[in-house]
Amino acid sequence: MNENEIKDVTEEFEQSLQKDGNEKYVLRLYITGITPKSTQAIHNIRKICEENLKGRYELEVIDIYQQPVLAKDEQIIAAPTLIKKLPLPLRRLIGDMSDKERILVGLDLRSKS
Amino acid sequence: MTIRKKNLKSPEELPKCTTGIRGLDEITDGGLPKGRPTLICGSAGCGKTLMAMEFLVRGAAQFNEPGVFMSFEESSDELAQNVASLGFDLNELIASKKMYIDQVRIERSEIEETGEYDLEGLFIRLNYAIDSIGANRVVLDTIESLFGGLANEGVLRAELRRLFRWLKEKGVTAIITGERGEKMLTRHGLEEYVSDCVILLDNRVEGQISTRRLRIVKYRGSSHGTNEYPFLIDEKGISVLPITSIGLQHGVSTERISTGIPRLDTMMGGEGYYRGSSVLISGTAGTGKSSIAANFANAACSRGERCLYFAFEEAPSQITRNMRSIGIDLEPWIEQGLLDIYAVRPSIYGLEMHLVKMYKMVTEFKPEVVIIDPVTNLIAIGSDTEVKSMLARLIDFLKANQITALFTNLSHGGSLEMTEFGISSLMDTWLLLRDIEIGGERNRGLYILKSRGMAHSNQIREFLLTDKGIDLIDVYLGPGGVLTGAARSAQEAQEKASDLMRKEEIERKKRELERKRAALEAQITAMRSEFESAEEEVAKLTQQEEMQEKVLAGDRTEMMRLRRGDDMRTRK
Repeated sequence: MNENEIKDVTEEFEQSLQKDGNEKYVLRLYITGITPKSTQAIHNIRKICEENLKGRYELEVIDIYQQPVLAKDEQIIAAPTLIKKLPLPLRRLIGDMSDKERILVGLDLRSKS
Repeated sequence: MTIRKKNLKSPEELPKCTTGIRGLDEITDGGLPKGRPTLICGSAGCGKTLMAMEFLVRGAAQFNEPGVFMSFEESSDELAQNVASLGFDLNELIASKKMYIDQVRIERSEIEETGEYDLEGLFIRLNYAIDSIGANRVVLDTIESLFGGLANEGVLRAELRRLFRWLKEKGVTAIITGERGEKMLTRHGLEEYVSDCVILLDNRVEGQISTRRLRIVKYRGSSHGTNEYPFLIDEKGISVLPITSIGLQHGVSTERISTGIPRLDTMMGGEGYYRGSSVLISGTAGTGKSSIAANFANAACSRGERCLYFAFEEAPSQITRNMRSIGIDLEPWIEQGLLDIYAVRPSIYGLEMHLVKMYKMVTEFKPEVVIIDPVTNLIAIGSDTEVKSMLARLIDFLKANQITALFTNLSHGGSLEMTEFGISSLMDTWLLLRDIEIGGERNRGLYILKSRGMAHSNQIREFLLTDKGIDLIDVYLGPGGVLTGAARSAQEAQEKASDLMRKEEIERKKRELERKRAALEAQITAMRSEFESAEEEVAKLTQQEEMQEKVLAGDRTEMMRLRRGDDMRTRK
């Protein structure tokens, strides 16, 4: 496999990303009350969404202290957890959303480098 | 080691949570530490999940303690199926709010770590589960799966520590299962966090036979059995065999029970074995060991007692057929449920497993009499120390339950007064059956080698198997030793002949004496008649004399009257 071919594959992938670039994102952020990690996560993810998905995302913040049943239904273990419901595949992002690179990868907005 | 008696328990001692798992409560001296987490670790397939599940299900069904099962591996349906095989309806328990199952799925590929996090989600789920049914018991199976799903080990460890502390605060009795690690008890060192009680399960294969074993590695604040205990998983769940926990403190009975052979009873002080004693019957092949065993079984059932017969050589139908040939019909007892013949090849499981099985059957069937025929076949499957300790445990267990046990032992040549692995020292009564070869035939001889605590005959008896049953006959001591069989019959005939002769001699003497008596009597009669005639004569003479005197007196008076003597008037 020469360098050209690799470049082609990468380009193809970038193109496919561009093609799906206007898909609608459905995101759920599960937090556990007002902890520093929760507020940090809310702040961070809002910022990232505004920057990268402006106008085509739906973010819902859910406090699982208030709705503990959801923790079971949504298979929440860690907190905070951001679940990317759409577009598929489903993905869980855990943590206070401070690692921007990883979030972008997790949201399929950037390929893993 | 022996477990302390329950009544010694001091009030400040650790409260226990009864598991309901047979045997486990005994070796843990009452159950798991109440309100604290317990770690159950072991390699794959050793029964961790089942033990944890049984703890919950029994708690919910028997002790009215609802339980939460948080599964990191199996789904609710799979669990329900597993439990159904133990005879519990998991779905019904769930519907009646006695059980709550939460399956935690972690897909590594789905997860992206984007900063600091904690496992509060898990806490919330667990808390919700516990509160929604008011659970007292919690199982986390296998929480170590978290290590596979989450990369940040530092966070995980801190959170696990917090979780176990939280469980304690919550006051639930928890079981945490963990996979066995290379150097540590668990792969990720969970034992570091769960320090109250650690139970290790093990499934070892020795000589192609696998045996499950359980050991309590640690139990803070409580006495417990420290040995490895074999356990069994069957259709009724787990049973742990706390056999080593039994001491020698069992009560003894002075009651005697018949051996089923009247003559053998006579040999043992006329009453038979002690109830609750252990009896060993040893002998070479074909000496009638099983027949004595069957007689004993028959006698027990006739008394209305229950008898459990472990047959390691013959099938039940073969035993009943063979015993019918010596006049013992065991069939009715089987039909009445008094006799249970459990036939199994010894090599089917390990020694310990046999013991577990026997223990279980004895506890369920509750017999008064147990027969193990032959014990030697069990011996063949274990090592020396194992066999001896196993038998000691079995005998202790039976004695503690006042069960009379009869073991047969097949001797292979050599000295007959020796048993493999010295099991004889465990026995109270030892009957020895041996072949006696005289005059070209083999006959069976029986004697009592020992019988603790009773006067017993020291004589050899010939042991006959007839179609009417077992008979014991005195043997004859001839110049060449004991006589049995045909030699005995010959001796018997000879003795009968001389007996007859002696009898005739006596008769003859008696007749002679009779004759002498007759002669003597005749003589006496003759003499008496002689004496009588003499007596008669004397009487006659006396009479004559009297008559004469009378006549004389009469004459004198007459003469006087005739002489007209005056003295006659004066006289008158």
